[in-house]
Amino acid sequence: MPKDFGIGVSQKRREDVRFLKGAGNYTDDINVVGQAFVHFLRSEVAHATINSIDTSAASNMPGVVRIFTGADFEGVGGLPCGWQVTDRNNEPMQEPPHPILAQGKVRHVGDPIAAVVADTYEQARDAVEAIKIDLDELPAVIDMADALTENAVKVHDELKSNLCYDWVLGETDNEKVQAAFDNAEHITTLELTNQRLVANPMEPRVAVGDYNQATEEHTLFTTSQNPHVIRLLMCAFVLGLPEHKVRVVAPDVGGGFGTKIFHYAEEAFCTFAAKACNRPVKWTSSRSESFVTDAQGRDHVTKIELALDSENNFTAIRTNTLANLGAYLSTFSSSVPTWLHGTLMAGNYKTPVIQVNVKAVFTTTVPVDAYRGAGRPEATFQLERVIDKVARELKLDPVALRRQNFITEFPYDTPVALTYDTGDYNGTMNKLEAAADFDGFAQRRSDTEANGKLRGLGVNCYIEACGIAPSNIVGMLGARAGLYDAATVRVNATGSISVMVGAHSHGQGHETVFPQVVAEMIGIDESQIEIVHGDSSKIPFGMGTYGSRSIAVCGSAMVRATEKVINKAKKIAAHLMEASDADIELKDGQFSVAGTDKSVAWGEVTLAAYVPHNFPLQDIEPGLEETAFYDPANFTFPAGAYACEVEIDPDTGQVSIERFCAADDFGNIVNPMIVDGQVHGGIGQGIGQALLESCSYDKDGQLLSGSYMDYAMPRADDVPFYAVDHSSQTPCTHNPLGVKGCGEAGAIGSPPAVVNAVIDALQSAGHDVDHIDMPVSPSRVWAAMQS
Amino acid sequence: MYDFEFEKPSSISDAITLLSSEEAMPLSGGQTLIPALKQRLNAPSKLVSLAGIPELRGVSVNEGGMLEIKGATTHAVIAKQASSHYPALSALASHIGDPAVRNRGTIGGSLANNDPAACYPAAVLASNGKIISNKREINSEDFFQGMFTTALDEGELITAVQFEIPTVANYQKFLQPASRFALTGVFVAKFDSGVRVAITGASENGVFRWSEAEALLSDNFSPSSLDVLTFSTDGLISDLHGTPAYRASLIKTLTKRAVIAAK
Amino acid sequence: MPKVNITVNNNPATGEVEGRTLLSTFLRDIVGLTGTHIGCDTSQCGACVVHVNGDAIKACTMFALEADGATVDTIEGQANADGSLNVIQQAFQDHHALQCGFCTPGMVMSASALLKENPSPSEAEVRKYLEGNLCRCTGYHNIVKAILAASGQEVSAVAAE
Ligand SMILES: Cc1cc2nc3c(=O)[nH]c(=O)nc-3n(C[C@H](O)[C@H](O)[C@H](O)COP(=O)(O)OP(=O)(O)OC[C@H]3O[C@@H](n4cnc5c(N)ncnc54)[C@H](O)[C@@H]3O)c2cc1C
Ligand code: FES
Ligand code: FES
Repeated sequence: MPKDFGIGVSQKRREDVRFLKGAGNYTDDINVVGQAFVHFLRSEVAHATINSIDTSAASNMPGVVRIFTGADFEGVGGLPCGWQVTDRNNEPMQEPPHPILAQGKVRHVGDPIAAVVADTYEQARDAVEAIKIDLDELPAVIDMADALTENAVKVHDELKSNLCYDWVLGETDNEKVQAAFDNAEHITTLELTNQRLVANPMEPRVAVGDYNQATEEHTLFTTSQNPHVIRLLMCAFVLGLPEHKVRVVAPDVGGGFGTKIFHYAEEAFCTFAAKACNRPVKWTSSRSESFVTDAQGRDHVTKIELALDSENNFTAIRTNTLANLGAYLSTFSSSVPTWLHGTLMAGNYKTPVIQVNVKAVFTTTVPVDAYRGAGRPEATFQLERVIDKVARELKLDPVALRRQNFITEFPYDTPVALTYDTGDYNGTMNKLEAAADFDGFAQRRSDTEANGKLRGLGVNCYIEACGIAPSNIVGMLGARAGLYDAATVRVNATGSISVMVGAHSHGQGHETVFPQVVAEMIGIDESQIEIVHGDSSKIPFGMGTYGSRSIAVCGSAMVRATEKVINKAKKIAAHLMEASDADIELKDGQFSVAGTDKSVAWGEVTLAAYVPHNFPLQDIEPGLEETAFYDPANFTFPAGAYACEVEIDPDTGQVSIERFCAADDFGNIVNPMIVDGQVHGGIGQGIGQALLESCSYDKDGQLLSGSYMDYAMPRADDVPFYAVDHSSQTPCTHNPLGVKGCGEAGAIGSPPAVVNAVIDALQSAGHDVDHIDMPVSPSRVWAAMQS
Repeated sequence: MYDFEFEKPSSISDAITLLSSEEAMPLSGGQTLIPALKQRLNAPSKLVSLAGIPELRGVSVNEGGMLEIKGATTHAVIAKQASSHYPALSALASHIGDPAVRNRGTIGGSLANNDPAACYPAAVLASNGKIISNKREINSEDFFQGMFTTALDEGELITAVQFEIPTVANYQKFLQPASRFALTGVFVAKFDSGVRVAITGASENGVFRWSEAEALLSDNFSPSSLDVLTFSTDGLISDLHGTPAYRASLIKTLTKRAVIAAK
Repeated sequence: MPKVNITVNNNPATGEVEGRTLLSTFLRDIVGLTGTHIGCDTSQCGACVVHVNGDAIKACTMFALEADGATVDTIEGQANADGSLNVIQQAFQDHHALQCGFCTPGMVMSASALLKENPSPSEAEVRKYLEGNLCRCTGYHNIVKAILAASGQEVSAVAAE
């Protein structure tokens, strides 16, 4: 009989039933009795000094409860940055304050200046229109290179310049790096941008603050990927509240993709205002508002150089990147262009000398932080594009060139600070070659050409570092938080189990997947197991969900806690059967004594734990509940190979994706259906980045793509069905499940495949084009074909 | 959104009366107006819904042989009911927005709004159409007066639109990747009297006719007739999605494709 | 304030509204049916799709007063009478066509409108019909697959190639 529960089964998702019936409980569905609504007065200009704010007329408008300005927050902390990057001279990064409401200056369109709390949303909005502000507009700071020039206007007057840090990783000795290039047989250089994106989870952000005067307790309902992190940051750094008096709840969350990791001003504001107004305060972002307030992603400008020897071995890589941070440091923004980007520059290849240089720059734009993949897509894109370019220059098979340079022995210490524990890059490439039918490409191309179009095939590899990661290491690298996770396994007297986890599910299906693991370990039905997440008052202190870490880190904590439960249950079972602990075996929910026919069921043991009439009270406590915190020994390293085939309409430059194949190595897999879904979603976003999406500002700092009228989201007819394979598996060596994480792979691996395919198509028709910046829009392709 | 009074008259004349009050506006499908109201771009005192007026709905051929579509007819209904009379127009309607937009949005609302990237203006202009209002008939040539500007007076209502039915016609819409309006759209209509070519999405002055192409195609209705032309980039829109040069190229490509596809 | 009477999922719903009250606001805040979601303010995401007199429309782009006297169907009324998932909902679960679930109500309502119009759509027709429904989680793969499956078509070979 095929296995029907536990690890490796494509169990259907139990959370689907409520979502499919419209019975989800998203933050905007929560209304607290007596709530008021806040609307923010936001800057319409990119950069200005605030001379005065006159709220007198607005205060007398109908329904207005109270108006807040920066002055109300003078004694209050700003939003903290959770990662201190140290620059190439061992100096800490420049870290400007990030106020809840603007203090004296606004620094991007959307920067909040004042907030009106009123009985209704429309009244709050009416009153916002009645606030008079007197601004002196300053020049916008948009272009990163300009921002770093000597006389550039400063985004933050109190800083020395617009440079947050100038960082280097890998070989710091410039002469050694130069020597490697001097000795090269061939050098290829590529300049490119990894354009700014807007994460755009379909649910806009919402925050509802509530305060109970009697108990002095705060509750914040918020669209967050990590309620405990929000509570810690808000209590310790922003509002100075006692953590035990603050409850943060992230209920059903409609997608995150990174942008709901961060602690935002609106969350702190609603918490603060609920007490100040003695009324619950609700904020619901409109999509237009989310375009100017949600932290954005990517935005790197890079020059990458790759050196090869006469046998086409990669001998050195040097990169120079300008990374846009926007106007303020968002929660993890400083780590993205550095430790989440530079460390991946070895990719899947054994390049001995690597130097990564990153200058991070303040501009008068919305802050930039992690977006699905965070740093790793930027690293992968430049590396896989430059490899593609060199293969074309030297007329080499891009797959063979990659294979020749693959790392094949593990563990492998990269020149950029990581140790890959395991992997098999030829393994995934083999899977890809089969799935993508490289052999049939020539025929498909000639069929396409017969229809007057061009066809291209693009291939690339990727590696990512997931399950972020040992706290002691990240602490050394500047993280101001630990990166463990936690789980509590609470067994009820009747044998059912509640598992309280620090990870947060906002689409990943934890409610289905996590029970599969516990069910497997104990041998009871998954329906007996419930996952509790998203409420700081119910769950142990966990770090939440991002960086493809849930199963690798929190899942490991859950395994450890379940092991503790099982060990204790075995002791109880031993007592019940008058046997020795060491002889007890657990299988299919039955405890038995090895070599005998004696057994007791799971339910009997759990009952004994809570009705301890016959119980070894002298040796162990009653009850059956265990907590484990798990701090991983290393990152995990999912890796894979992707292939894309495109058709191009030569008259219009329109690119259409005809085939997309992904071969990933995620180590062991708990629920293949959900893993497929994660890869599909990532590829959808990657294709979005490659072909469609762009967050653009004009020179005055106005957002040109501030709604779906101009920000091109991928739609159903922009993408094909994807073929995904994850049968090449090298289990992670250091976590108990051997899992690696799969949430970001698709978004990391897919953009270079698409762009490589476009270049292949254009070159096949004799166009001398070696790069087009993303999004590879029809107009850009057409323009490239004209030159 | 600012608040307003909502009225739903059942005749054109009642609608006109209601529209005569200060700051009153017609509400048709709301697919353009409601998003604008959400941004507080308009502050009408009163919205006069056209949805309850039977005389504002329907597709028919009039005695003069012109296809007449009433002002508050939805895109979805046009897609269905115009298909036997004027397939190219029906196809155009069936590619506006998405199904939910087509179930609400109307031809009158679209023409009154005259978005420079909207689809119907190209059809109306290429079909030598007439806009019928509660007070007059306006030739398409006179109706469209640049981006978001028309010949309509305050309180004037589009009650119907009339199209001359060509022998063959086709609309080619190249999608703006985000909004999915026309980045450039070309409507080619061939009549016994000659060919008309109308271009939308491309010009800073909204929809316009491409007279050089019309002349050549009237002589010889073949894509190769256009080979000698290049479209000037003067006055073409430059935005995130395309340069003037790109739009100029699209105009020519799409016109050729429309000639080939014309049925 | 004016009053509206709307039949929502076969039940009468009445409420006082302002002129500017959107149908989506009426459903969410007055009737308490929060399954109809709001994902944008430019009428483009489709998270709010419901049926009014049988037609798919965006509830965020229609005033409650315009629906006076109408029959409105929302995601909350889609399950079978015994509470089990209907064919489309079941296909969505079977084929993992939802992740965060935020776009799902609109997707299901659009899918049901499509299958009423076109009981056996091709892949391309499904993709085209979903033009007004954005999903950021699934890359659309399993949504398209689920809708094809709900129409009774064989989908086991999808993307096996
Ligand atoms: C997601 C989306 C996609 C779209 N895609 C396209 C597209 O691809 N191509 C395209 O052409 N359009 C597109 N549209 C616009 C759509 O066609 C609208 O329906 C249309 O522009 C406006 O029609 P309406 O009936 O909704 O008008 P409303 O929004 O009700 O009104 C628009 C304006 O016209 C006025 N008005 C309405 N009716 C009349 C009348 N009879 N007489 C005088 N004035 C009147 C109103 O007062 C208002 O100022 C799209 C819209 C959306 C939301
Ligand atoms: S909420 Fe986005 S279309 Fe209605
Ligand atoms: S499932 Fe999350 S947006 Fe579609």
